[in-house]
Amino acid sequence: MVKLPIYMDNHATTPLDPRVLDAMMPYLTNKFGNAASRNHQFGWDAEQAVEESRKNIAALIGADPREIVITSGATESDNLAVKGVAWMYREKGDHIITAVTEHKAILDTCKHLEKDGFRVTFLPVQNNGLVDLDDLKRAITDKTILISIMTANNEVGVIQDIKEIGRIARERGVLFHTDAVQAGGKIPFDVNSMNVDLASFSAHKMYGPKGVGALYVRRRNPRVLLTPIIDGGGHERGMRSGTLNVPGIVGFGKAAELARLELPKESAEQFRLREKLRNTLERELDEIYINGDLQKRLPGNLNMSFAYVEGESLLMGIHDIAVSSGSACTSASLEPSYVLKALGVGEDLAHTSIRFGIGRFNTEEEVDYVANRVIETVRRLRELSPLYEMAKEGIDLKSVQWAAE
Amino acid sequence: MAYSDKVIDHYNNPRNVGALPKEDDNVGTGLVGAPECGDVMKLQIKVNSETEVIEDAKFKTFGCGSAIASSSLATEWVKGKTLSEALEIKNTDIVKELSLPPVKIHCSVLAEDAIKAAITDWKKKHDGNDNGK
Repeated sequence: MVKLPIYMDNHATTPLDPRVLDAMMPYLTNKFGNAASRNHQFGWDAEQAVEESRKNIAALIGADPREIVITSGATESDNLAVKGVAWMYREKGDHIITAVTEHKAILDTCKHLEKDGFRVTFLPVQNNGLVDLDDLKRAITDKTILISIMTANNEVGVIQDIKEIGRIARERGVLFHTDAVQAGGKIPFDVNSMNVDLASFSAHKMYGPKGVGALYVRRRNPRVLLTPIIDGGGHERGMRSGTLNVPGIVGFGKAAELARLELPKESAEQFRLREKLRNTLERELDEIYINGDLQKRLPGNLNMSFAYVEGESLLMGIHDIAVSSGSACTSASLEPSYVLKALGVGEDLAHTSIRFGIGRFNTEEEVDYVANRVIETVRRLRELSPLYEMAKEGIDLKSVQWAAE
Repeated sequence: MAYSDKVIDHYNNPRNVGALPKEDDNVGTGLVGAPECGDVMKLQIKVNSETEVIEDAKFKTFGCGSAIASSSLATEWVKGKTLSEALEIKNTDIVKELSLPPVKIHCSVLAEDAIKAAITDWKKKHDGNDNGK
């Protein structure tokens, strides 16, 4: 019998791996030193643990440990990358390029910079979620100082062509930042072969603890400089002051090490489970649509619209399963997902979308249970849906004059 | 968001799901909302033309749990009422009965609109007959 509730929302956060907790435990108890204390054993122990962890974080992405700046999480990493570059290179140019499907940590940071006088190009995406590289090339001017394009999208899991974007940026002498939060530990990532200058990561998306993240900052070819957004004691080579979160960093290091060692096996297994879920749903239900490119996608991501069934009511029917929806009703703003909108998914279908995020600890038994519950609930709610009834009567829903409020 | 027990009950056991024949002279149909807004309710009433008593009601709803519950409750409430009594049902009564939070008030408004639209549809059919007499 499968244990309930089932967690299948691994894009939101991931459970802490027990091996990560074991690694952290000493630093939450008797090894409590401040890594900046230079004159006693407590400080040395903490510093050594931090440097070991930094090596593991760097090794996951093919970087030098000195290129890893520890932060409080990916939102801070994104802010530091974009604001830090903008303020440092303001003399050189005032133009930034990003895309409409980025995380709010990038979009809102860019909007903030627009108020400070920077110009930002928000590139559209194609229906499959990918940025058109010709659009990108055309957007670059001699005033462009930064391109920020995420590696994998948090809603639809679509993976951008980072290597090619990095090549274009390098060729034009523009710095390239990527929000790699969803990709970190899930797909191979190498800062050098991908020409990445800055990259954001978060521990809790790879089975580490919350409250700790990293920003990769390239040291050579080119050397990237940043204006800090937090001033103080000059920690992290002056780029990010503040006492280091030693237990968090140790957890992050362990999580990165496990991700590096287990990535090939793990991603193959998640892909297999994801495909089983997709195939089962597609076999049993009509009028369901995959949002975003199916091939260039994180192995554990499935984002689907179930036509004629509103997302929140579907979530209510599968309340013993934790997934998320692009429906307006599940958000505070009452607007359906801006990511799905950017992909050209109509608002009617955006309201019916569900995001499944399969992770390290999901089992085949759980996937089977989820598939059955979703099938059964969609069928029940379609019996309740006037739209399904009208569609079955052959009425074109687009031609109906809706008496909206 | 936590749902009230009554919303959960209506969601799990919706009352009066189904359809009445649209063309029937005694049936009034209200279709309100829009798929783009995430809510569409279809509420139908079968009215005794002598007494103007609502003898049956059916609904189908595309929407969140609160929308389903609001329309399910609306069909329960209109049954047995006269048209003028049914017109007295206010969205605030639905909010109170189902303990809807502020973000879900629009669901109750839609249910009230659905009742009114169904009654209007029925009256349209019958005013037409009256005029013909």
